[in-house]
Amino acid sequence: MKQSKIGAWIAFIIGALYFIVPLIGTFEFSLRMKRGEYSFEAYRVVLTDPNFLASFGYSVLMALITVIMGAVLVVPTAYWIQLRLPKLRPIVEFITLLPLVMPAIIIVFGYLRLYNSSSWLPLTANARSTDLLLSFSYVTLALPYMYRAVETGMRSIDVRTLTEAGEILGASMMTILFKVIFPNVRVAILSGAFLTFAIVIGEFTMASLLNRPAFGPYLQLIGANRAYEPSALAVIAFLVTWACMGIINVVGNLKSNKRPA
Amino acid sequence: MAFLEISDVRKQFQQNVVVKGFNLGIERGEFVSLLGPSGCGKTTVLRMVAGFESPSAGRILIDGKDVTPLRPNQRNVGMVFQAYALFPNMTVADNVAFGLKVAKRSPSEIKSRVEEMLAMIKLPHLASRYPYQCSGGQQQRVALARALAHKPKVLLLDEPLSALDAKIRVSLREDIRALQRSLGITTIFVTHDQEEALSMSDRVVVMNEGRVDQVGAPFEIYNDPATRFVANFVGTLSVLKGKVLDAKAGRIQVGKSEIIASRKIINHNVGDACSVALRPEAAVLENGHDLGSGRNRLGGTIDEVSFLGSVVRIRVKIDDDAISLDTFNNPSAIPPQRGAPVVVSFTPHDVLVLDGETKH
Repeated sequence: MKQSKIGAWIAFIIGALYFIVPLIGTFEFSLRMKRGEYSFEAYRVVLTDPNFLASFGYSVLMALITVIMGAVLVVPTAYWIQLRLPKLRPIVEFITLLPLVMPAIIIVFGYLRLYNSSSWLPLTANARSTDLLLSFSYVTLALPYMYRAVETGMRSIDVRTLTEAGEILGASMMTILFKVIFPNVRVAILSGAFLTFAIVIGEFTMASLLNRPAFGPYLQLIGANRAYEPSALAVIAFLVTWACMGIINVVGNLKSNKRPA
Repeated sequence: MAFLEISDVRKQFQQNVVVKGFNLGIERGEFVSLLGPSGCGKTTVLRMVAGFESPSAGRILIDGKDVTPLRPNQRNVGMVFQAYALFPNMTVADNVAFGLKVAKRSPSEIKSRVEEMLAMIKLPHLASRYPYQCSGGQQQRVALARALAHKPKVLLLDEPLSALDAKIRVSLREDIRALQRSLGITTIFVTHDQEEALSMSDRVVVMNEGRVDQVGAPFEIYNDPATRFVANFVGTLSVLKGKVLDAKAGRIQVGKSEIIASRKIINHNVGDACSVALRPEAAVLENGHDLGSGRNRLGGTIDEVSFLGSVVRIRVKIDDDAISLDTFNNPSAIPPQRGAPVVVSFTPHDVLVLDGETKH
């Protein structure tokens, strides 16, 4: 018993070091911009760079659009599959997992072939429609996370009986979806939303190949030309991601604290 | 025409026919239970009345209106589910108010109706609690109030007591019945628990393999079962192997003894094998004192004595068969010992002959 505990601790410490040491190294390096002293100069430079603010703002906006589009697509789909088409679940799960096995570069090349400026639907013809195409791409990319989070939430409540209870009380399907189902899977939707947010903020391939001014390509550009700022940006990106994860936990705990043990 | 009419309803899931030609008329204010084992089709019938399943054939009429093509939200029926199905994101009061809000009643009407319903279920103090803060019994009362709040024409109860513990189950079933009587609402209650069905209902519908085996008052179902299935399913029954000696006179040979059945034995000829059935309360141990002539008597030995509290159930071995009989617990009397020889007696009226129909 005691030996197995020691083994578990050793494994945990090795795992933690594997993740933490590079992060500490990156953080320490980001503080060395001023020769001979530690400072937050690299962070100051990054945070006052108008390109940083523009690209970060653009990515935040795209992330919000992606979250809304993802939720509108995934929640009713997961609800309907749980309620009326449970036999389709394996097929839908397979489709939602495809973005994990198909590299983003293949997806984006597919988009470029389908939606280039001389195609039947020229989504890349101007900046706004390319933004739309990029948000569609992000929805695809975030689908495995969003669908899984929402589906888990749906499974944790008795969707079928709650729907029937709503129906027998005279409610329409829309009323049931918005008044009964949505509020009860809110935490699951939020989890999916924050995961989507974290993915979109750092995404490079799609934004770069569609030539959009997102945070991912900005990170790459800075990394190729500067020394200390990329480390500062990497730490900032980590903090944003961790903040998202933290919010998922806090919201999840708030909800579960309301429930009986 | 009855208030709720279910005519020739059939339900088929692919090749599997789960309800076969179901006919039932329920009068206004009547409490009818659908009783049967799992898979007999009782819940499917209830779900067809609710509108959650569409009949493959047949019609359902409520108050003279054909509701068969209508969706559940257009039928004006209330339903209580086995798993409560309260909305977890709403308080008790919001749950009760849900149907009224959907029907776009005025806020003042909703408020007074919710207060009235919570007072009716004796839980006005729980109005602001969430379902998870209530016990199972309280949640089911709230579900009942929610189902009744919008004044439905028919109340459907889908095994509402089966998730509760024994004591609460008994008290809630009494409350449900009292409430149903005071509101005079037509009610269908689905259960596999014969005690619930017999104690609560005006009429009981015993279902078997998608068909109605018998419809009748609880007293009738128990004392005069129409089929072997009903006799076996409702109540406890001891079955003995017998041979018909005289069908007209009701003479049957059981082991080496002869007994008389006062009901006519039909579909049997002399020499046919038959099954003789007895309810546990019909048989008594004579214990040396003669209970009079005209009774059937069978000799045997005590096989098992089970103490059930107010009742002591005794199993008496008779040849290869056994008879179970119930006696009231008597603290001053010593229970009979296993292996002791006894004489079991019962009246000819108590004898049920099961192979084939038995009628008075």
